[in-house]
Amino acid sequence: MAQVTFLEAVRAGLMEEMQRDPNVVMLGEDIGVYGGAFKVTAGMLEKFGWERVIDTPISETAIVGAAVGMSYLGLRPVAEMQFIDFIACCFNQLTNFVAKSHYRCGMPVPMVLRGPSGGGVHGGPFHSQNPEMYFVHTPGLKVVYPATPYDAKGLIKSAIRDNNPVLFFEHKFLYRRIKEEIPDDDYTVPLGQAIVKREGKDLTIVTYAAMMHTSLEAAAELAKEGIDVEVIDLRTLLPLDRETIVQSVKKTNKLLVVHEDTKTGGIAGEIAAIVCEEAFEELDGPILRVTSLDTPVPYSPPLEERFLPNVQKIAHAARELARY
Amino acid sequence: MKYPLTKEQRVDLYYYMKLNRMLEEQMVRLFRQNKIVGGLYSSLGQEAISIGTAYALEKRDWLAPMIRNIGALLVKGFKPRDIFTQHMAKFTAPTLGKDGTSHFGDLDKLHVVSPISMLGDLIPVMTGVAMAGRYLGQNIVAMTWIGDGGSSTGAFHEGMNLAASQRAPLVLVIENNQWAYSTPVGRQVPVKDLADRAKAYGVPGLIVDGNDVVAVYQTTKDAVERCRAGQGPVIIEAKTHRMKGHAQHDPAEYVPAPMMEFWKKRDPIDLYEKQLMAEGLLDARSKAAMEARIEKELDEEREFAENSPLPPPELAEDGVYCDGCHEIAAKWKRPIEDVMPPKASVKAEWLVQGFGEMGEATAADPVAVMAAAGDGNAPSSKAPKNGKKPKSTAKPSKAAAKAGRGRR
Repeated sequence: MAQVTFLEAVRAGLMEEMQRDPNVVMLGEDIGVYGGAFKVTAGMLEKFGWERVIDTPISETAIVGAAVGMSYLGLRPVAEMQFIDFIACCFNQLTNFVAKSHYRCGMPVPMVLRGPSGGGVHGGPFHSQNPEMYFVHTPGLKVVYPATPYDAKGLIKSAIRDNNPVLFFEHKFLYRRIKEEIPDDDYTVPLGQAIVKREGKDLTIVTYAAMMHTSLEAAAELAKEGIDVEVIDLRTLLPLDRETIVQSVKKTNKLLVVHEDTKTGGIAGEIAAIVCEEAFEELDGPILRVTSLDTPVPYSPPLEERFLPNVQKIAHAARELARY
Repeated sequence: MKYPLTKEQRVDLYYYMKLNRMLEEQMVRLFRQNKIVGGLYSSLGQEAISIGTAYALEKRDWLAPMIRNIGALLVKGFKPRDIFTQHMAKFTAPTLGKDGTSHFGDLDKLHVVSPISMLGDLIPVMTGVAMAGRYLGQNIVAMTWIGDGGSSTGAFHEGMNLAASQRAPLVLVIENNQWAYSTPVGRQVPVKDLADRAKAYGVPGLIVDGNDVVAVYQTTKDAVERCRAGQGPVIIEAKTHRMKGHAQHDPAEYVPAPMMEFWKKRDPIDLYEKQLMAEGLLDARSKAAMEARIEKELDEEREFAENSPLPPPELAEDGVYCDGCHEIAAKWKRPIEDVMPPKASVKAEWLVQGFGEMGEATAADPVAVMAAAGDGNAPSSKAPKNGKKPKSTAKPSKAAAKAGRGRR
């Protein structure tokens, strides 16, 4: 057991998979000599060499395209987006080539596309986004967005071993801010399973990534007021673990969804629809959402603070909901 | 002839072109009978390109066709029934009716990647195929095609740039048929020869008469050999003309009539037929016999397709994900011990050749400069063992030798 940051946990997972399977290769911008913009891949080139750790030109479409071609020959490429915002540059490769490959012609694409996402670090409109829902809307992809070092390591390993294309979002706010004891050995966390991070009986908060920690903070505050909150970390957005959500709502009868993604078209709407379809009779109040504003991510600190959800906004919505 | 063809091979080229054309003639009839579900794209007049290029590949090599490369699929080993059933959306089609036209492939045996409709995207994908083949020690060449229209996409540039910087064994055939749907090439691109695009990537750009199947074969073979020797990608521009509309629905009235007449006289099959007859490799009797044989085969294949069922509706729900239905196993043709267990041997540093000064690095042939750099970081022809410098065919310059390893 070792105390590691979120970033170190991702690196450990990558390192272990590179070590156990020669079919795993990595490609991306500045991942080799430089070790990646956030140093996630630091030390990889030294250990695995030029053939397996490939510095590419600034060509997101070519990075994903090449990863597809490699996976067709049985490799398991892990491609990095320097910031996940740049995933928009390879949208076509991902949604048209990668996602449809197995369905339309039986050609699996066992690749991972990973990169730093999310706000709260004053990165501005192009280095702070949460573009996960473009891809959750794309059948054929899997979308993973962990919140803890333990899950980050276990999920990146599962993602690499999966026979399907997996988008792996790493919230950069968490990279060096949280630490956790994780096992040194080879463990995995299965894709598609949510986890109850805090048990409670009064209402359920469904959330993921950095907002999982913010939600836990809000839950601690609400506990002092006598509101007992259950917090569920989705961990994987596609496929979505409907059962864990619905089971929790059946217990608490109230649902608040919290995410850092913007509101319209965010996963909160989808979750609300699922709960209405599968557990409408169990609800004692409206399904509420706390999300970022429906705007681009602004740069200046007071603006970004206004944009993002926080403990106060979550606690406020939870109090409203608890009154029902 | 640099790469001599046997008599059989020369007749083979003719056979495939005839098969390609007669197959498409049957499909036009099926289209008119409303038996083809979606669109039908013709390669009339362009058969020599599909056939001549694909014929230069070996069995282990990989290709990814475009919409007008049905001929290449035939050469690589697909059967006419695969083409018929694909177009008729039948359950017996390679994609079971989930996709149509030339959008199918076979990763395992034939090494064919299934294309998508978005142009240019196959170029980075086939670059990845080429890179993976090198990593696995397979010594393969990857080939794909693009039209004059598709050469304007961003994916074209990103893919070629990556292929060239990685010296990936990729042959890109630009099939310049002079029309991107209704827009002539001159209104789309500012260069006369699309092969000139190659200069931007420091790779050879070859031009060939796309209506001369032997010339296409010879040029492609040159490119393939070069790739196989580890000298990096090649662009071939095959000049030709699209003799039909973009697809069946398009009468192509925008093509000037004299232009169509000009190219009609240059039909690749007619031209090649004359050659073969003059050389005594073909006569009226053997030609008629071959046509009868093809017609019979096509009739059987078409009947198979016509008698095939459409897919059951519930198939629509299946196969979004691979749930263990495919076993994924790379075919290693080099010792895995080359890379496993990992050997710590690389120093993470760039040694920049020439420090960016003017001089040698701006020499006329950038490929030579690249090779001369003796670049230990640079991708090599053959998968190098960890820690060993790839061998360079060019003599390293003094500066490069001093630096030991440089980066372009």
